[in-house]
This record gives sequence, structure tokens and C-alpha cells, in this order.
Amino acid sequence: MTSAPLDHVHAAVPPWRDIRVLRIAVQVVVVALVLAIGFVLWSNLTASMGRSRLTFGLGFLDTTAGFEIAESPIQFSATDTYGRAFAVGLINTLIISVAGIVLATILGVIVGVGRLSGNWLVNHLAAGFVEVMRNTPLLVQLVLLYAVLLQLPSVANAVALPGSIYLSQRGLSFPRPVVGPTFGAWLALLGIGIAVALATRWFAARREASGHPSSGLRRVGILAMVTIPVVGWVALGAPISLDVPILQRFNFVGGIVLSPEFSALLFGLVIYTSAFIGEVVRGGIQSVRRGQLEAAYAVGLTPRQTLRLVVFPQALRVIVPPLTSQYLNLAKNSSLAIVIGFPDLFSVSRTMSNQTGQPVSVIMLVMATYLAISLATSLAMNLYNRRVQVLEG
Amino acid sequence: MRRPVRTHHGFVVLLLFALFAVACEPGPTPSPVSTAESSPGPSAEATPSPAETASPAATSERLADVQSRGQLICGVNGGLPGFSFLEEGTGEWSGFDTDFCRAIAAAVLGDPEAVEFRPLSADERSTALQTGEIDVLVRNTTWTVSRDTAWGLFAPTTFYDGQGMMVTSATGATTLQDLEGATICVQSGTTTELNLTDQMRALGVDFSPQVFGDIDATYDAYTQGRCDAVTSDRSQLVARRTQFTNPDDHIILDVVMSKEPLGPVAPLGDDQWFNVVKWVVFATFEAEEQGIDAGNVEQMRDSSENPVIRRLLGVQPDAGELAAGLGLEDDWVVNVIGAVGNYGEIYNRNLGPDTPFNLDRGPNRQWTDGGLLYAAPYR
Repeated sequence: MTSAPLDHVHAAVPPWRDIRVLRIAVQVVVVALVLAIGFVLWSNLTASMGRSRLTFGLGFLDTTAGFEIAESPIQFSATDTYGRAFAVGLINTLIISVAGIVLATILGVIVGVGRLSGNWLVNHLAAGFVEVMRNTPLLVQLVLLYAVLLQLPSVANAVALPGSIYLSQRGLSFPRPVVGPTFGAWLALLGIGIAVALATRWFAARREASGHPSSGLRRVGILAMVTIPVVGWVALGAPISLDVPILQRFNFVGGIVLSPEFSALLFGLVIYTSAFIGEVVRGGIQSVRRGQLEAAYAVGLTPRQTLRLVVFPQALRVIVPPLTSQYLNLAKNSSLAIVIGFPDLFSVSRTMSNQTGQPVSVIMLVMATYLAISLATSLAMNLYNRRVQVLEG
Repeated sequence: MRRPVRTHHGFVVLLLFALFAVACEPGPTPSPVSTAESSPGPSAEATPSPAETASPAATSERLADVQSRGQLICGVNGGLPGFSFLEEGTGEWSGFDTDFCRAIAAAVLGDPEAVEFRPLSADERSTALQTGEIDVLVRNTTWTVSRDTAWGLFAPTTFYDGQGMMVTSATGATTLQDLEGATICVQSGTTTELNLTDQMRALGVDFSPQVFGDIDATYDAYTQGRCDAVTSDRSQLVARRTQFTNPDDHIILDVVMSKEPLGPVAPLGDDQWFNVVKWVVFATFEAEEQGIDAGNVEQMRDSSENPVIRRLLGVQPDAGELAAGLGLEDDWVVNVIGAVGNYGEIYNRNLGPDTPFNLDRGPNRQWTDGGLLYAAPYR
């Protein structure tokens, strides 16, 4: 009854004033515009490329690269393909990103908690760190850090640290454990030793349960666990050896080298990003209401327990979404590596695009790759975020 | 809930309209393809304004474009003393490469100063050529088949160079084999990067490359000791060495690792424009061969009896036709030589005995002196 007059009113509204029609019309126009702009941009690109005789295509990925890459975690030489060169750059980017994210998170939490510390010195140190690092450009920090690392002693005058570790302007060289052919056999002996120890322990426990003293038996077990692998080590002739860096004519050969480029990039990204993460963490912690703290103290929790059991779980809900952005920034900022000569994804692809004369294809490939990295990071963080949020419920 | 959504839509629509308007602005006609023709292509955002941008020409349009613009856009290195750099004190562009830019401007516009120099990194130069953002690239660029087919057409080589290797004298290295295990600095996006790998592999010498995108970063890393050696074209090594604090601490090994013919490059797809660039270079060769220089060019034009010289300088009856074939004025060679001099003058002014570089002309002599400079006949 009451709706009849309203229907009548609706019917009287002309379509150009009908809110339902207008809403649909606006959406149609928006979609049409987006498509039109996309078409203009696309035809512009293809027309320009046709005129410049550029072609799309990733066929070059299977051809020989012909250039060397300074640092590659996987085997790479000039005779390998562009595809493999791209993979080397990608792996370098992933290593930097993952290591950077882990370290920046640790440092960021320390800084964030430090800013809330009641200790004047800690508080102000953390605040100073955040303000300086957050308010200067990352590129400048990287160039500065790299320049500083190049001021380390030359290779010939490298600083020798205990354990065959050498520090010079060419990087930090340290021994690399090398697994020998007898390593498998030794691992088996180690397993036997542990098995004997466990067996004797179980046996001793049974005897003790039936009232027999058997501490001697336990000792025999532990002795076996130590002796069998040690004797095996000697008998098998050191299944794990160390590849120690040795100074040759120009460089240290052998071992693992952390190059100044890698170090400068990693620490630059970690320091810069941790300043932002510190602020995110501080904001998250401050978002936990004071009553929660008072309640925690009231039930007798220590400050440390309060932080771990009450504050952090609630703060995480606020921290995780902006933290994701910082992780994405760190991964994307790693492309600044090109300035300090670290062969990351972008740096390697610049050489590729130049040698192949396929800039558009290479840039699109690089963009797609960064997009994939970022989307994967977002996905992982969103899943984690969901878990954190559920905890509250 | 409803209101914000609606406002949001309205905003997006406005934004898209604005974007669309901006996107369409450079194109006089509404068709998207025409818009594409008249806009400078994918790298438009890198250029200052549409008016200053050289629009890419599919057929013989570039000469007209340059003339109507009244300025030549010339891609140069910008960081290479002797070839193209900003003169200390005056802030003027100076060098061997920049003089060839001026020569082209003198031929096409009659004014050697009507040049906009655009400094490009080794990585950027191919894109700048391919998109037609520059009219000509004179940036110590090595002529190779892949670049000839993918980047642009190479005019005659203006500087025959070879790749060399510079080391600190402290290393005591005298041959490439001595560099076993060394770290070598190299600039990315260069033929040098590939030659280094090829040469060292052929010799069986193990080395570690340290690659930088920027020429200054490359030499900074070398002088600070990050690398034991740095490799590039020999002329570049000589030029950069003059800027070091202690040039005497660095030696250039007596090895030539490759052929590096360096010359101007014109964008693909415009034969007439390519001919202009090619013949400007030939004109500087020919003038030196015929003994024409900046000082005597006008006198030669007025008094020479030699038909070869008279034809070159545009006073022989058939010379007008030759110049018209190039789309240039009859006296274009007079303009070029009057402005920058012949090849020998350009060389000596920038790289010769009176400069800090003191580079021997070596293969860059006239063919009559046993060199490689050989201009095709102007007739």
C-alpha cells in the first residue's frame, strides 16, 4: 500500500535523472575511457616500435650472453645464455631482498622499541637514527656507504681477523666449508652414535625403573655418541674441509667473498628501511590501549612478559599492513644496485637490453619480474596478516 | 556508504578526462594512430617539451624538421675530455665529437652553434636513437653490424680506435696474461664489456669484472683501488688519465684488444638525413686531403682553379646539383670548414700535440699518408 505512490514517483523520473540509470551509465563511460586510453597507449607504442624497427620478443633469452657477471650464486660464464644471466640477476635481487627484509625487521623492531624506552640515551639514539635515516635519500646513503667501504685497506694490506677472515676494500673474505666425498659416510656414523646414545638411555631408564642403578650405562652411551663420529672423522680423513681464502697476486682466491657492492647495498637498504619499520613498530605498540598494560601488570606479568604476551600480539594487527609496504619498498629499492655496480636484476638487464637492442622487451620482462616479486611478497604478508587478525577473535 | 562511492566515481571520471585530454594534446587529429605519429614515442617523458623534441621521421623528414626547428639535437658522451665535455671555466661544450655535431649544424643550418647537446650514458644512447629523440649520435660509438641494423646507420668512421687496458704501475703488469685473477672495471652497455670477455677467454685468463653503468663511477672505483685495471677505448683511457690526481701512476698496456671504429650514427629509416651526416664527415676528410682549412676556405673558393676543390666548395657549375641532392645549400662545405676546419684541424685542436692528450694520429691519417681516412669522391 505504502509503496505504490513511491513506485509511481520512480516511474515519473526521467532516465537522465534516475540514480540507478546514472550509476550504470557512469560505469560504462569509465570502462570505455579506460579501454580508449589503453588503446591509444598501445597503438602509440606499436606504431613507434614499428617505425624504429623494434620488435617484441624474448627469443634472445636463448642466445649466448657473451658477458661476465661479477657475482653469481649459480654457475655462470660468458658462454651461457641471456636467460641464465637474467636468472643470475634475479637470484641476486632475491638474496638481497630476503636478507634485507630479515635484517631490517630485526633492526626495525629494536629501533621501534628503543624509541619507546624510558632510558633517555636509548630513546634519543633511536629517535636520532630514525630522523637521519628517514630524511636523507637512499641513493645518497648507498653512494656514501660504498665510498666508505672503498676506503678500507687495499687487498695487499688486508686486515687479518682470527679464523682466516680478511677484510679489505675488495670485501670480506672468509673460509667456505667444503663437503668431501666421505661426508655421507661420516653423517651415517654420526647417526649411529646418536642412535647408540638414545638406545642406551632408553635401556638405562628401563633398568632404573626396575630399581637397578645404571648411571655407568648412560655414560657409556654419551661416550659412544662422541667417540664414534670423532674416530670416524679422523679415519675418513676430514669429510668437511675448509676452503680458506689465500692472497694471490691481485685478490684473495678461495673462500667466500662478501663484496663491498653487496655489503653497501644490503646495509644501505637495511638501515634505511629499518628507520621506517621502527616507526611502524612504535605506532603499533602505541596503539595498544593503556588499560591492557595495566591489566597485564595487575595479573602479575613482568614487563618482558607483558611486551611478549600482551602488547606484541595486539600491536601486530596494526603493524603488519604498513610493514608489507616497507618490504615491497625494500625489494624495489634494491634496483638502485646499478649505481654501485652490484649485478642485480635491473643492472644485468640494462646490459642485456643494450647488447640485444631489445629495450622494450627487456624492460617489460623486468617490470613483470618485479611485479611478480612484489605480488608474491604481498600475498605472503596478507596470509600472515589474516593469521594475526584471527588471533584477536 | 553510497555517497562516498559516488563521489569517488565522479573523481575518477574527472581524472580520466584530464588524462585523456593530456594524452591527446600533441596530436592534431583525433585518430589514435595519427596521435602516435606526431608524439615522440615511448620515451617522451624523458624529453623536456614536445617543441624541443626531434620528432621521428619515417621518410626524409628529419632534415626539414631540423631546419624548421633551427637547432640540431646531438647526442654526446658529455664526460669524455677531448671528445665531448664541458670546458672548465667557460662551461662551453668542447671536443672532437662535439665539433662534428657543430659541423653538421653548420652544413644544415649554416650556424655551428645551433646545436643542443644531449649527454647520454652508454645505456641510454640506443634508445635515444631508436625513438628519434636525437637527430644524430656522435658519442664515441663503435660501429658493429648489430648496431648498424638495430640502432641506426653509421656514417664514416671519424676515429679509428682500439680497446686498451690501463693498470696502476704498482701492479707491474705489462701484458693481459699478467692480469690473471685481477678485478677489472668496465662500463656496462659497451662493446668493451663484450671484448674484454672474449679476449680474456681466448687467452685463458681468469678475471673478475666489476661493471658500472656510469663512466665516472667506473673510473672512481678504479682510482680508489676497487679494481686492478680498467678497460675501454684507448683514446678514452688517455683522456681520463689526464684527469687523475697522479697520471704517472697509471700505465696503458701496449695491447690493442679490438678494432673500435667510432663514428656518428643517424637514426634508421631516413636515407637523406643519413647522406647529410655521411657527407659532412667526408667533407672534413676531403678538405684536409685537398689542403683546404678554416683559414683559406673562402680564398680557395674564390680563386682555386682545381675542379675538385671548386666542386667541393660549391662554385663549379654542377656543384649546385650535388648539394641539392643532399638537400643542402651550394656553399655548405664552406660553412662546415669555415666553422670547424678540416679533419686535421678538428683532430689537432682537440687531441693533438698541443693538448694534454697528445694522441698520435696513428690510423687516423689520410690514406695518402698511410692512414685509413679515405673520402669517397664528391661528384
